[in-house]
Amino acid sequence: MRLFLSFLLALLLNACATPQLRGTGDLGLIIERASGYVTLINTSARQPYARIGGLGDLSHASAVYSRDGRYAFIFGRDGGLTKIDLLEAKIVKRVMQSGNAIGGSISQDGRIVVAQNYTPGGIKAFDSDTLELLSEVPAEYAPGQFSKVVGLADTGGNKFAYALFDGGEIWVSDFSDPKAPKTQRFPAGSQPYDGLVTPDGRYFLAGLFGEDGVAMLDLWQPEKGARKILENYGKGQEKLPVFKMPHLRGWSVAQGKAYLPAIGRHEVLVVDVATWKEVGRIPVRGQPVFVMARPDGRQIWVNFAFPDNAKVDVIDTLAGAVVHRMEPGKGILHMEFAPRGENVWLSARDDNKVVIYNTDSFAKLGEIPADSPSGIFFTSRAVRIGF
Amino acid sequence: MLPTATIGSAELAFGAEPDAARQKELIHLVRQDCGSCHGMTLKGGLGPALLPENLRDKPVDGLAATIYYGRPGTPMPPWDRFLSEAEAAWIAEKLMTGFPQ
Repeated sequence: MRLFLSFLLALLLNACATPQLRGTGDLGLIIERASGYVTLINTSARQPYARIGGLGDLSHASAVYSRDGRYAFIFGRDGGLTKIDLLEAKIVKRVMQSGNAIGGSISQDGRIVVAQNYTPGGIKAFDSDTLELLSEVPAEYAPGQFSKVVGLADTGGNKFAYALFDGGEIWVSDFSDPKAPKTQRFPAGSQPYDGLVTPDGRYFLAGLFGEDGVAMLDLWQPEKGARKILENYGKGQEKLPVFKMPHLRGWSVAQGKAYLPAIGRHEVLVVDVATWKEVGRIPVRGQPVFVMARPDGRQIWVNFAFPDNAKVDVIDTLAGAVVHRMEPGKGILHMEFAPRGENVWLSARDDNKVVIYNTDSFAKLGEIPADSPSGIFFTSRAVRIGF
Repeated sequence: MLPTATIGSAELAFGAEPDAARQKELIHLVRQDCGSCHGMTLKGGLGPALLPENLRDKPVDGLAATIYYGRPGTPMPPWDRFLSEAEAAWIAEKLMTGFPQ
């Protein structure tokens, strides 16, 4: 009996002394845009495990991850930058870094978190440990004129590429000395609305709203300057109205091709990444917003701007056509694939839930309640360029 | 730059106010869908801020026309497929005085 009691005691002490160990590779978070909460989730259990509030205005909020996948950096619309510990499910640090922000990025070495801002226009670099401000690059494209910054992407060598919506330029800022960034400027075109870096980190693309085309900069040979691809894809035809700006990110590249949203046309444009020539276009059921490749590149999932934001089209990249059409919920704002793509999570803003689907069978696997969910971000982003 | 097209202010003054259910839909539309460019709190994003202090000097019928017809040369699209002129005027008026939650 005595022996048994000491065994129990040892067990108890052991439980107190050693917190349960776990990795972070199957964790993630859901932004609840209206209420300032994030719900932390587990992609293996497909369940939420914690909810954290007090993050401010999270409309259009996005997140990047520390390289160990433990910490999320969340960029709120109101300029709040919040660092969350996914294992302890708590806020570690929070700073107000600007008046109006639109996302951010993390450096190749994980030491610098950069926020991109609308007001005041520019980018700001923070120490990822302490969120201490290291330096900033105001987007002053002409004397006294500041641009909103879009499309911020991390590239090799702690450089960040981004585009100036008002300035019509692509800038590349080198933070190899984090307190003294050096910036190169490249003319891009009219009203870049978002940008992406290809998964290999070589090319930065900025989608143009003010003209038909995409500006492309080879980051391995920046001295060649930005050039236009997909020029005049609308061929002078009148544009359909765009009720929400499309988003670009590195997941648009699959199987040697880039799949990009057309502006003012209900089409996905297909570009060969070797030649940067258009090789096709795929009709879809609305103005595409997100055009996202499943991690293996076999499928492209497309959601749409208002008023078609209940629909999702799935393109098979082998067939080069839409093979599945669905209406998984009201106000589908974002999609995120499980790290290896066997299922996809979609936020249904107006249904107040996130729905989970198998990407092969298109069977619904479950749903998670969330208050006006928007972005969904899994820790698998931690190890990818451009996320 | 002022929009060239305007909606008659008589329409604004005498147009029927949307009923409660429709007002709720319009508020949702403005907060969520206009909000994707102008911000859910309407303090601006890629599109300009739409708070009363930002709109103070703008004519209400000009704002209504921008909502209804859009503004060519900018990303602002026409919303005439989704609402009437009177509803655009109601939204403009509410924006100028503080938009309901």
